[in-house]
Parts: sequence; C-alpha cells; structure tokens
Amino acid sequence: MLGEGILKGLAETAKNFAGSFVSKERLTTVEYPEERLPLPEAARNFPFLVYDGPDWEKGMRCVACQICEKECPPKCIYIEKSKDKKPDFVGKMQIYPAKFDIDISVCMSCQICVEVCPFEAIKMDVEYELATDDRFGGLLLDRKQLAKPNEYYHKIHPTEATHVDARLAEEKTKAEAKAKADAAAKAKAVADAAAKGTVATTARTTESPKATADPSTSPAAADSAQDDKPLATTKAAEPSLVPAKTEPKKDGGN
Amino acid sequence: MVSTLDQIFVLLKHWIVSLLPSVLQPVTGVVLSVVAIVCVFPALFAISVLLERKGLGRMQNRIGPNRVGPLGILQPVADGIKSLTKEDIVPTNADAVVHFMAPVFLVVVVFMGYAVLPMGRNMTLVKMDAALLFYFAAGASTELAVFMAGWSSRNKYSLLGAMRAVAQMISYEVPLLLSSVSVVMITGSLSLDKIVEAQNQYTWGLPHWYIFTPWGCAAFVMFAIAATAETNRSPFDLPEGESELVAGYFTEYSGFKFAEFFLGEYVGMLSISGLGTTLFLGGWSAPLEVLGFVPSWIWFFSKVMLSICVMIWMRGTLPRLRQDQLMNFAWKFVLPFTLLILVDVTVWRFMGEGWLRWVVCSAILLIAYVGIGRSEMLRKKIGPRSYRYAE
Repeated sequence: MLGEGILKGLAETAKNFAGSFVSKERLTTVEYPEERLPLPEAARNFPFLVYDGPDWEKGMRCVACQICEKECPPKCIYIEKSKDKKPDFVGKMQIYPAKFDIDISVCMSCQICVEVCPFEAIKMDVEYELATDDRFGGLLLDRKQLAKPNEYYHKIHPTEATHVDARLAEEKTKAEAKAKADAAAKAKAVADAAAKGTVATTARTTESPKATADPSTSPAAADSAQDDKPLATTKAAEPSLVPAKTEPKKDGGN
Repeated sequence: MVSTLDQIFVLLKHWIVSLLPSVLQPVTGVVLSVVAIVCVFPALFAISVLLERKGLGRMQNRIGPNRVGPLGILQPVADGIKSLTKEDIVPTNADAVVHFMAPVFLVVVVFMGYAVLPMGRNMTLVKMDAALLFYFAAGASTELAVFMAGWSSRNKYSLLGAMRAVAQMISYEVPLLLSSVSVVMITGSLSLDKIVEAQNQYTWGLPHWYIFTPWGCAAFVMFAIAATAETNRSPFDLPEGESELVAGYFTEYSGFKFAEFFLGEYVGMLSISGLGTTLFLGGWSAPLEVLGFVPSWIWFFSKVMLSICVMIWMRGTLPRLRQDQLMNFAWKFVLPFTLLILVDVTVWRFMGEGWLRWVVCSAILLIAYVGIGRSEMLRKKIGPRSYRYAE
C-alpha cells in the first residue's frame, strides 16, 4: 500500500529515538575531552627520547650519534653534540646531546629515526594533544620536553618496551661479563708480568755474572740486561692498554 | 468557564492599556500584541531548533548538543551570539539592496501570518473575516523573498535554489489552499476564529475537530504534506539541498542575515503548524471536554509544538526527494487527491447527520487512496536498478 514504507521508516526512527535513551550500546559517541578510547598499542605520532632512572639528563640514552638527524626525511631533528662525556647505561663514558630539537610541525611521523637508532634512545610517542597558539616555538620541542622515562615507554608500548629492555639487559650483562673477563685478563697479565719480572730479576741475578763475563758476544742480551727495569714495566703496562683500545670499536659495532 | 488564567494575557494587556491616556490606547494595544508575538515565536524558534538538534541526534543514535549549559539547553543562545558576531559578507557582484532586503522581507512576511492566528480564547491580533485569505496572501509572499535572495546573490547555486523554491512553493500552494478550502466549505467562513469555534464543541466528551472526520483526516494529511513543502522542510528541502546546491538560495548569506533566513524558516514552520492546528486540530480547544479548565493558549502552543515534533520526526526519517519526484508528487498525487477531498466534503455536507455519511465518505477516500496506490505501484518497476552507462 501507498505510504507503507514511510510508516515503517517512522517506526524505525521512533525505535532509535526511544532506544537511545534506554540502551547505552546504541550511543557510539565518545565524549572526547572527558572520555577517550584506549589507543592501540601500535599507535604513534611524534618521537620522544627515552631516559633511564630518575634524572632525565643523566639517564638519557641518546649518545648524539646523529644517525637519526641524517636519516630524517623531512629534516626535523637538530642535534648538537656535547663537549664533555657522561656514563651511559653500561657505565661507559659517552658524549650526549647538548641540544636535541624536533620540530613536530615538520615531522611526518615516519618512525625512521626509531628504526635507525642503535641505542634504543628515540621512540614514538602517542601524545596527540599538542595544539598550541604558537606555531613556531610551541611546536619546536627541545630535549627536556622530549625526554620521557622508560616507565612511560612501558606504559604506551608495553610489548615493544619489554623487548627493548631485554635486549639492553643482555647487552649490559655481556658488557659486564666482558669487563669482568677483561679485568681478569688484566689481573692475569699483571700477575704474569709480575711473575716474568721476578723471573727476569732472578735470571738477571743468575745471568749477570755471565753477561758481565761475555758482553761482546751477545749485545742484545747485554742491552736487555742493561735496560732490564724499563722493559719489565712496559711489558706489565701493555696488556691493560690493548683492551682499552679495542673496546670502543667493538661497542660501536653493536 | 472562562477562567482568569485562561484570559491572563488579555487581562494583562487591558490593564496596561488602561493605564495610558485614551488617545494612545488603540495603538498601545496593537503594539503590545505585536511585541508579544515577536518575542514568543522567536523563543519557540530557539526551543524547536534545540528540539530538532537533540531529537535528530537521538534518531541517529547520537547524543546531540550537550555542551552549552545543562544538557545543552543554552545551545540556541550560543548559536545566536555566534551568528551575530560573524562577518557579514556581501558578494561584489551582488545587488546589495535586494540582497539586504531579502531576509528582512522574509521575516516580516512570515510574522504577518501570526496577525490572524487565534492563539487562545480572545487572543487573535486582528479578528478578520477573510483571515484565511490574508494568511495565504502573506504566506505566498515568502516566495518573493526567496527569489529576491537567490536572484540578488549573483550565484548560480543561489539562483538554482531560488528557482527550485519558487517552482516547489507554487506547486504545493495549490494543494495547501485546496485542503484548507475543505474546512471553509464545512464551516462556511474564512474567519479562523469561527473555524475554531465550530470545532470547540463536544459530543460524549469528545471534540468536533475536523481531523476526526474522514475528509478532515485526509485533508490534514494533504495539508501536512503541502505545508512541509511550503516551508522547505525535509524531505522537500530541495531548494537548499546541500549535496547539490551548497545551501540553495542563501548560499551567499552569512552572519546575521543567514540567521534571519533560519529564523524565517522556523517561524514559518511554527506559523503553518499554527494554521494546521487551527484548521484541523481544533485550534485552542481542549482535546477532551473534561480538560476544558486548562488555559486555551496552553492547548494551542502544545499542539503547535507537537506538530513541530512530527516535522522533526519526518525529517529524521525521510530522504530528500528528487526534483521530478517532487513535482510528480505534487501534481499527480496530492492535487488530484485534494480535489477528491473537496468532492468528499460536498458529499459529507449534503448527506446530513447520521452514520451513513461516515461510511460513504470513508469508502470514497479509502478506495481512491488504495486505487491510486495500486495503479502507481503497477506502473513502477520495482527491482534491481539498471544503469544505462555505468555498468
């Protein structure tokens, strides 16, 4: 019959009208400033800098290697290296960023900085209420504004943060083990050197009459005999110097 | 019977007028009534806008405005302040005078209709014998305002919107008038006061409203359809179809002029609802004899607001028509049916009292309605749509 569809439609809207007062499931609106939907774990918008421990300046993971600055496609990162050094999470002395600015009005949220960072220092944030009335200063974040604790990182990206922490812990234990091994090697070397030194001294005491007896046949022996003391000290110092030189190279490779 | 509360506004007016010297009395009386109308109906406009936004929201399972004031009831105030503080832009090529005049003219013309509406017992501003004629004459002038707006804007969308509006309003003016004529035929008077008086009678405690007669019911439906089209309301809001014409004839209006168009539209809606109430729903008379103690103006305004709610409900339900559907509907369905209603009214008038006229008149209308429906359905091929080019 004519008009039947209209009546059906009217019934439908009436049902919606009444139903929206009764059942909460009908109203899909999220009244934004008061209530908000939980963000998905993969949510991201702009990068931030992770720091460990209570002090953001001390715990900053960033070592100002400037890889992110070079990789950033829209060039929104600006880094200035520090002149001095501070210990990083394994306790090694590293330079740190004296200045680390991200212009989030330029940033395109591509996450490339996060992917290239070898130190797990830069991560993507989920903070989206960044509106400001100053489009230059207000959108240019410095390192203090960017620095956020590791706990915050755990809160926003739990799975990812756990992985990162596990990796860092592994690295730290490795470094500690290596440091221990180095220390052991050093101690051993010292002990060896000390042992050698005693041997040399004993040899010298035993050989000295021989050397004095025949200086012309073995000048090297005579030399060694003559410069016995300085030689022993250099030998003792050598094992401690060598690992110190190789260590940064290995870490850089990591 | 006529309680003080019922006549409170009339008594108040008489008291204020009596305080003044006799020379000023007639003028003051008129001015007071006009001021009352000009204050009350924009207030109702604000309420109906809020009702519309909240109601439509609920129909679409949204919450609707709820930020300004408790439950968002101050939203119209915020809207008003916003439109007042907005920049008023007049296009360079526009006819500035006509562009300015159009919204003013629209609002003035729309308010003129209220002069003859009986809003309660003894609450008619001008007791005119040809009140209905005056109402339609004033109401038809809104077309002029709309066309002024569309023409002076020098904008294709505006002009198209205005042309659509004029075509639509002229098409639906005819069924609107014809459905009202049925009431005039029964009452024998063009005076709206007399029409209300004729309906203000009760049999077994039930009112003699025209909507409770077979012809009245049909005429009311036709009147409602035509009135919706007259006021450019959805589903007949083609002149301001956003999807095609930006905003139709008021595309080039901003700030308070836009608000004036908005006001004109809603005050027009309230006005035509008032007329429909007067013609078919018994005006200010109570729906049951026992409820006669409630002031008459409460009945009038509650009926008007109820009609507004139905209009909002319609808007929330029906999609916008196409231009050819709109015209076909007006000329091929509504107009023949109103003509048939006139025949039906004549039968009703001359069959005299008794149950037989109820049966005969209902039968005529029902057979015609079903018949038209069937034949229309037969001609329509309902099924999957075929597209000539896009396949």
